[in-house]
Amino acid sequence: MSIHRRNNVRVTGRATGRTIVLVHGFGCDQNMWRLVEPALAEDFRVVLFDYVGAGRSDLSAWREERYSSLDGYARDVVEVCEELDLRDAVLVGHSVSAMTCALAGEAAPDRIGSLVMVCPSPCYIDEDGYRGGFSAQDIDELLESLESNYLGWSAAMAPVIMGNPDRPELGAELTNSFCATDPEIARVFARTTFLSDSRKDLAKVTVPTLILECEQDVIAPKEVGAYVHGAIPGSELVTLPATGHCPQLSAPEATAAAIRSFVSALGR
Amino acid sequence: MSPAAGGCEEPGTGVPGTRAKFSALLEDSAEDLYESAPCGYLSTMMDGTIAKINATLLGWLGLSRNEVVGRMRFTDLLTVGGKLYHETHFAPLLRMQGHLGGIALEMRTASGSRLPVLVTSTVKKSDDGEPLLIRTTVFDATDRRAYESELLRARRTADEARRQAEADRERLREALAVLQQSLLPAALPDIPGVETACHYHTASAMQLGGDFYDLFALDDNRSAFFLGDVCGKGPQAAAVTSLTRYTLRAAALHEPDPVANLRVLNTVLLDRYTGDDPRYCTAVVGVLERVGETVEVRMAAGGHPPPLVLRADGRAEHLPTPGGMLVGALPAARFVPVRTTLRPGDTLLLYTDGLTEARTGPQRELYGDEALKSFAEALAPAGPGRVIDALTDLLRSFGDGLNDDTALLAIGVPARTDPGRRTSA
Repeated sequence: MSIHRRNNVRVTGRATGRTIVLVHGFGCDQNMWRLVEPALAEDFRVVLFDYVGAGRSDLSAWREERYSSLDGYARDVVEVCEELDLRDAVLVGHSVSAMTCALAGEAAPDRIGSLVMVCPSPCYIDEDGYRGGFSAQDIDELLESLESNYLGWSAAMAPVIMGNPDRPELGAELTNSFCATDPEIARVFARTTFLSDSRKDLAKVTVPTLILECEQDVIAPKEVGAYVHGAIPGSELVTLPATGHCPQLSAPEATAAAIRSFVSALGR
Repeated sequence: MSPAAGGCEEPGTGVPGTRAKFSALLEDSAEDLYESAPCGYLSTMMDGTIAKINATLLGWLGLSRNEVVGRMRFTDLLTVGGKLYHETHFAPLLRMQGHLGGIALEMRTASGSRLPVLVTSTVKKSDDGEPLLIRTTVFDATDRRAYESELLRARRTADEARRQAEADRERLREALAVLQQSLLPAALPDIPGVETACHYHTASAMQLGGDFYDLFALDDNRSAFFLGDVCGKGPQAAAVTSLTRYTLRAAALHEPDPVANLRVLNTVLLDRYTGDDPRYCTAVVGVLERVGETVEVRMAAGGHPPPLVLRADGRAEHLPTPGGMLVGALPAARFVPVRTTLRPGDTLLLYTDGLTEARTGPQRELYGDEALKSFAEALAPAGPGRVIDALTDLLRSFGDGLNDDTALLAIGVPARTDPGRRTSA
């Protein structure tokens, strides 16, 4: 099975431009980048993919042991980079994938030259003076809520997405993306995401790093953005004029502009 | 009655003055409809800040308008689990599609209790397509959620039962495999001057097979062997197999006379299985005796397919035992002796009818004794290892045409020209 097919890899943009790999987080697939992708594709070569278990990836390749730790997801990132024989690529990771990309960068330093962390959080749970924004109990509640909510994913969301009248071309794509998410796979990804603690890995990030945060983000509040900024030497922190956890959707222009200016400033 | 004279009466009223009340009811104001609708209404800015909320929802939440409007965001009304679900699923989908419906979330009320709700949201856009605000309706889904919880609970119970059943099945399969092994020799012993090989095919991992074989030394020059097939399958057949195996072993050690050994078994089976539960088997029993570089074979058979010999010169021949009767069926059963001499390069093959009664070809015909003989002729001369390998491949080629247990035992004298073969002499 080629990695191309396994991870539903898509390559667009300017073939001669620097390569930017857009990595989606928990809850969605590569469609999360649809609003920033066109802007980035003007100047850069853009690589998109789905983690195994998400979107249109090959679900038969999913193994609970592998995808129960962020390292498993990082291996997906590295294997995509290897498949395309990337050198000095820019990894853009959203949410939990900001940390996944940091791990990937550590594992494959030749292939990964810089990082953009979009709404990162190295640890979601408050602990010993660290404020992640959630208590262990909150995370348990979320897992419980996700587990009891998966009926909603398949039964409640699918008809709505399929019945989307004004953008039918979107419908099929999103239906596949969300309805193909096996509840078991989603549960494992949720647990792995929200129970992870990658704070120690931040100090190992040595490549140029841009941190993008939103003004109001329930999942990755500004204290966490500041923590990440402080823990990665030489990193750059940009606060986007956006609310929520997905600035690539709520403020796509500002997000694309920030990525573009960071990448343009990198030496060739 | 003309309308001008008596005025218009609503059907069924007939009482002057009711009409005004009815009209008033029909003219339910949009404002009151919004505020007191049987569902919650909520309008938020694109950043989630609540701009408008109806009295119904405020009542459910136990909040006042002043606490909410302009001060809280939609996600502030949700439980933590709901917030995370909103940020990772709801908000992205709403942004991409402009509409999202029937999403199950939980709200947190002022008293700290949880309110299960179904939420539908639509993005209102300006004429040039800019998103302006989000309109949301909220339905109380307490009963619905309780129902879903019951379904989930039932599903978990069913999943658990299925896992348990699979685990039980696996344990049973393992236990059966161990039992099955106990009915067969773990490995054939080394017999000086003789080569041996065997194969056992179990038709079903969930069913104990009824075929058996054994080979064991009697003294320096002699050894005994047997191979047979107990009627039926499963635990009852396995019990007969066990009894048969130990009876034949003891009988052969006591007196190496194949016909006598079968008689002992016949008596034991008849004695043990009386009345309406007769149990019987077919079997070939034999004694090997080394004489110089040859091996004399004395055998007796009861109701069993004839042994086959593959000669060193390339011939293959059946050793018929006509008239041999089932063992354990009748008190005065007759068993037929047969002898042969194995010279270097000769191989004796014993088998159960799983092999010859396999179904082959499009017509599902019985494989049969003659086809086996032809197969052996094509193979001969061949030592026990090659014979068993070739027959194992043949059994595999039958696919689902092979639906019975099959035991194979081959005993040969090493060919002079092939020093590489196993001899323990």
